[in-house]
Amino acid sequence: MSRLIVVGNGMAGMACVEQIIKHGPRYQITVFGDETHVNYNRVMLSSVLAGEKADDDIVIHTREWYARNQIDLRVGVRIVDVDPARKTVTGDDGSTTEYDTLLLATGSSAWMPPIAGLDKDGVFAFRTLDDTRALLNRAGPQTKAVVIGGGLLGLEAARGLQVQGCQVTVVHLMATLMERQLDAAGGQYLVAKMEQLGIRVLLGRSTTAIIGRGRVESVEFSDGERLEADLVVVAAGIRPNVELGRKTGLLVKRGIVVNDYMETSSPDVFAVGECVEHRGICYGLVAPLYEQGKVLAATMTGHRGPTYTGTVQAATLKIMGVDVFSAGDWANAPDHVRFEDPREGCYRRVAIKDGALAGVILVGDTSDSHRYLDWLRTGAVVTGRRELLFPPPSSDAGLDVAEMADSATVCGCVGVSKGTIIQAIHEQGVHTLSQLKEATRACTGCGTCASLCQGLLRAVAPDFEDEKKTVMCGCVPFAEDRLREILRSQKLRSVQEVLEIYGNGVGCEVCKPALSYMLDMLWCGDHEEDKSARFINDRVHANIQKDGTFSVVPRIHGGVTSPAQLRRIADVAEKYRVPMVKITGSQRIDLLGIKKADLPKVWADLGMPSGQAYTKGVRMVKTCVGTEFCRFGTQDSTGAGIELERRFEQLYTPHKVKMATVGCPRNCAEATVKDIGLVGIEGGWQVVVGGAAGKSVRKADLLVTVEQTEQALEAAEIFFQYYREHANYLERTYDFVERLGIEKVRKETVYAPEAVRDALRDRFRKSKARARDAWLEGQAPVNPTQFATLVPMET
Amino acid sequence: MARCEWIPSREGRAVRIGDQELAVFNLGDGFLATDNECPHKGGPLCDGIVTGRAVVCPLHGWKINLESGVIERPGGAGHPGVRTYPVRIVEGVVAVGIPGGDPDDSVDTDTLHNCHQIQA
Repeated sequence: MSRLIVVGNGMAGMACVEQIIKHGPRYQITVFGDETHVNYNRVMLSSVLAGEKADDDIVIHTREWYARNQIDLRVGVRIVDVDPARKTVTGDDGSTTEYDTLLLATGSSAWMPPIAGLDKDGVFAFRTLDDTRALLNRAGPQTKAVVIGGGLLGLEAARGLQVQGCQVTVVHLMATLMERQLDAAGGQYLVAKMEQLGIRVLLGRSTTAIIGRGRVESVEFSDGERLEADLVVVAAGIRPNVELGRKTGLLVKRGIVVNDYMETSSPDVFAVGECVEHRGICYGLVAPLYEQGKVLAATMTGHRGPTYTGTVQAATLKIMGVDVFSAGDWANAPDHVRFEDPREGCYRRVAIKDGALAGVILVGDTSDSHRYLDWLRTGAVVTGRRELLFPPPSSDAGLDVAEMADSATVCGCVGVSKGTIIQAIHEQGVHTLSQLKEATRACTGCGTCASLCQGLLRAVAPDFEDEKKTVMCGCVPFAEDRLREILRSQKLRSVQEVLEIYGNGVGCEVCKPALSYMLDMLWCGDHEEDKSARFINDRVHANIQKDGTFSVVPRIHGGVTSPAQLRRIADVAEKYRVPMVKITGSQRIDLLGIKKADLPKVWADLGMPSGQAYTKGVRMVKTCVGTEFCRFGTQDSTGAGIELERRFEQLYTPHKVKMATVGCPRNCAEATVKDIGLVGIEGGWQVVVGGAAGKSVRKADLLVTVEQTEQALEAAEIFFQYYREHANYLERTYDFVERLGIEKVRKETVYAPEAVRDALRDRFRKSKARARDAWLEGQAPVNPTQFATLVPMET
Repeated sequence: MARCEWIPSREGRAVRIGDQELAVFNLGDGFLATDNECPHKGGPLCDGIVTGRAVVCPLHGWKINLESGVIERPGGAGHPGVRTYPVRIVEGVVAVGIPGGDPDDSVDTDTLHNCHQIQA
């Protein structure tokens, strides 16, 4: 077998290697990568910076893949020299390795503009995983971050830093943000959206120096103006790494020049990816590079024939409701059609040349970008069909995918058509998104085609595993979100009403409790309660045990008790001869084995409110000690936790809600595996949601980073109420957040417009105003025999 | 017997008669009575959710028909069902017929010997 050395372990290189392997065993492959990681998705570094993904989530090829394909992977070795005569490469570790064929996939490096002071501490590029980790280390609520460069990468960096709590300013040389993708009008819409997110944008500014004594203190512009900064990210462009190409004696202009077969000027040396120049263009987006890789693989494996002729470039920006899509050449066409809706922040421009689509800009709503991209790539004629240029949005995503042609591209990055996906579904039995990724590589690039892929799976795969089924049971045959709408618009307030009008009149043990919850939530507590529609735990406000006795857990806010409280609990345990007194994982105390008839008396003697340990409601807030005593605490976690529990107690939820607050990232109360967690950091809090450590284990997602405790509590309230209103009954937050994705959750809660946030908090407060301690019922039971065992009347 | 209003519509209550415990249910259009012990693991049927003519045991969700005592779910359980008792309403009072002595005696609801009345 011929020895192939691949210099570079990045996305383009490894995608090409994958294709080479598909052609059959031809090469003995060695890969040198100067980063110390396996091949990871560089596009998703933005998601890592924004706290949406962890390092492991973005790996494309695991070590196992390399081993399985007998690829010798040498990480952390930079190839510094090539000897084309001897056909060897030399690494910075001193090694020399022979090759028969060489593939250069050296990518690009961040371009550092001529700014004085780039060597100061606190200046970063945003190119690698190590850059990202360094940024995450520095980012926080008291950090002033300046991003130099308002293109795709700069804006994604800005978003990530802002989610981590930084005060961010984007500084851009040109007068229009993202000027390579947007026209002046579109650029203005984008600026408005960035500013709504709290990111400041300065246009037409040329940065000349970074000022500071050793550490960054400010940046200076050409007009002398200065801007304070603790952190500077340089995202001003990339330059192809062509040094090795030169040393190998290849023809190099801006990039290593290749022809349509992806051949260089040397027969033994090939090149792919960002280091390459094809027909004068160096591509910096992943889709063209994957296409190039396929052609190169054919050429390199004796199947020379397919050609690469260039790609219609499409760029997508998708950050918290700021959606931008731009493709083709929208500037140089004679015919334009524009659509603007300033209030919705929506701008569209379509450029037409010779009767076909030449380019498109979408700002605000990019849900049908695949349609435009398809027209662009196929050169479809649009004359006489101008009304189709801005079609009304399809309300049913299922309809949309049905209308797509089989040849239409679903995943632009990897280049997967609808037909390929359907084939995978039919022939390989693919029925989940993960299987689809595995089988076709669709959705492994930027990830924005996920909803389209899901739509296709839903429409075509017979065993599609979607979100949890949302129709509860046969008694009331509506999906839950529709049911909520029906109950609200028809103003139904009792379970029996709902069953009689919209159901089978009878109901069952599945729908009755679910409807009870829905009515309570929709009317903020102002509904008609019906005990017969509740599970026993909610009838008697205690947790039924295997022998028909009950467990009683009083509220101990934040896990902080007092001697008097403990004495009362002990006295009650003795008086009622409670068989077991147990400390629970929720940092409170459980009295087990109490008879139903004794419940009201036990509650009266305890004099403590219900801990709701038995219901689909707010359980507890665990805390660690925090600044009150702990030498590591950065925040008062006990204080915040007690306040959090007081604000949320007595409310009911689609499924139990368990929370925790911790005073520092040591996380002693495990806040990162809770439904809602507050993690204290220097200068503020991270609010995290959707975690779990029970039947399922899931690390919570970062919702938002804030400076003040009050802001953290508000963010928790907004998310909590949103969960109450949108989750399916019995759907824990870990399923809910996973199903929606944290981006959507953020967009509809903490980054929603002010009116939406206020309305959520308002409904939360209304529910809270009507909420009461369930154990008060002990004093005046709704039904006199609720807790009683009857005995025969005297005759 | 019990006054009808002591057992709310679509709910059940436990009734202790000697050393037996029954579950009496108000189905809205009538009352039904069974042993208060689920054939599965002895759960308190009186605390279950009533659905149609059946109750769902709160412990493990077994569904028991209240008229016949037969286990509707899980099907094919191979367990014998639960014992049922005849019920009559007399002037707003629920009367349950307990067979005296031999449990195989069928109960003649017209005569209702050993008829018990229930109070809280």
